[in-house]
Amino acid sequence: MNIVVCAKQVVDVGEIKVNPSTGKPVLEGIPKKISDIDKNANEEAIRIRDKIGGKITVLTVGPPDAKERMKELLAMGADAGVLVTAPDKADYHVTSTLIAKAIQRIGAVDLIICAEASIDQFSGQIGPRVAGILNIPQLTYCFKIAAEKDKLTAERNMGDNIVTSQTSYPALITVTKEVNQPRLPSLMQILGSAKKPIEVITPADLGASDIRPGMEVVDIKGVAMSRKNVVFKDDMDESVAKLAESLAKEGVLG
Amino acid sequence: MVVVYSDNRKMALEMVAKARELSGPLNEKVTAVVLGKANEPFSADLVKHGADRVIVAGASLEGAKAEETADILHAIVKEEGTSLVMIGSTKSGKEMAPRLAAKLLVGCSTDSKKLYIQDGAVHSERVVFSGNGVAVERFSSKPAVVTVPAKAYDPLPRDEGRQGEIIAKEIAPGVYGSKVVKVDPMLSEGVNVEDAEKIVSCGRGFKNSADIKLVEELAGVLKGYTVGCSRPIAADLKWLSEDHWIGLSGHKVKPKLYVACGISGQVQHIAGMRDSGIIVAINKDANAPIFKVADYGIVGDLYQVLPKLINAIKQKS
Repeated sequence: MNIVVCAKQVVDVGEIKVNPSTGKPVLEGIPKKISDIDKNANEEAIRIRDKIGGKITVLTVGPPDAKERMKELLAMGADAGVLVTAPDKADYHVTSTLIAKAIQRIGAVDLIICAEASIDQFSGQIGPRVAGILNIPQLTYCFKIAAEKDKLTAERNMGDNIVTSQTSYPALITVTKEVNQPRLPSLMQILGSAKKPIEVITPADLGASDIRPGMEVVDIKGVAMSRKNVVFKDDMDESVAKLAESLAKEGVLG
Repeated sequence: MVVVYSDNRKMALEMVAKARELSGPLNEKVTAVVLGKANEPFSADLVKHGADRVIVAGASLEGAKAEETADILHAIVKEEGTSLVMIGSTKSGKEMAPRLAAKLLVGCSTDSKKLYIQDGAVHSERVVFSGNGVAVERFSSKPAVVTVPAKAYDPLPRDEGRQGEIIAKEIAPGVYGSKVVKVDPMLSEGVNVEDAEKIVSCGRGFKNSADIKLVEELAGVLKGYTVGCSRPIAADLKWLSEDHWIGLSGHKVKPKLYVACGISGQVQHIAGMRDSGIIVAINKDANAPIFKVADYGIVGDLYQVLPKLINAIKQKS
């Protein structure tokens, strides 16, 4: 089984601060990490490979420093990495086209695993786009997966319904956070991951240097959020009485 | 042409209203797509609520997969020359729209909160960075593909006299190696947090599933209550069904009153409740991020605070 896991380096959204004068989020200087649900995708790939054999390649489109973060996924158990350096202006169209071309370059891929979405943009576009470009089946929002040599069955969270779908290979699946608990690599595995290969290639290597985005982010606006921030932390009975009084005054008790 | 499609009929009518508004500046017609048989009565409803034209396709499909729906819409949009495609942001809409956009080689914006035409270009605004920002996305591609959440727009009043064209088309989608084996309803307790006026929510501060009765009790003394929860309670511990789950991947709510009990305030949870009227937080950790987004808060053990608060509110009302 030749498996590709798509992973993205993101800013740690929990660390984002808001500029008090503009109200806009400050994105510079925020620590970066592999998007949370990508680790679930990687964990699922490892379980499938360990069950039926094969190889896992982690595929990232991003800046050169994403190579460092990809090592974490290799330490978990993936076998190799491919980093496509992202062009300056990359939208979902550009990124998914580069991913699809990189998958074709890897060749004979049976299963592609993505997260349902990345935690920074939470768009959920890359999985379905890559499946569309490659014209293969897509099973999205999988939270329970049974992979066999010739087919894969998954229970999918489709909102009002749990849809159980089955597909032959090649196929693309996207997973939710509930699908598994990603393992923490041991120190030995972390040290060992340094020996695993990560190939760095450019859009030109994929014959895609002329690809243009269909959409551009022209601004990131702040989100107005002014709250009273009244916190009662003294005597508990007094705090409770004050809170009940405040809620009554706000007119939200009746 | 502005094309509208959703597997949810109410959302299709809501989007037709918005499509009507945008079709003015674009100087184009509104076409709604329905998957079903040629005599599907909903086609006439779409016309009476504002569509100029309805295309009925996919008569041979049995429960369309995203792969097939994307192929059918691709054929319609490609043939007709379209500037905007609006898809309802249900989960099946959200998995289909990017696939369609990929086939059209165009941009796509999911969960659009605001949609407008400026300088001749389609613009969409959506929440990013777990609710810490709003991205303004400008399309250069044609068409622009956008997914629109439920209740973003009001449907137009029904006009019985309105006339439109209803066209049946037979479009054969591609053949794919996937199939739906079965469909089960999501385990639900029939809770609709999105329509709730007051929500009392619980998080990891609770030690046992039985203790959630404290939240139910508090909810009980607040009239018009509903119980909500954060991700771990529904998704990991499964103490409550997923219809209670509030957050980025759960439900997004805006009640008049939101009480967060034992919820630390992870950004993903805040993204689901930040539009609430009054926000109250009860948490034993004074540094919990939930206090930053709260109007009122009590730092203390919820096992002590909640019984006292239930009593105090009982006496007030």
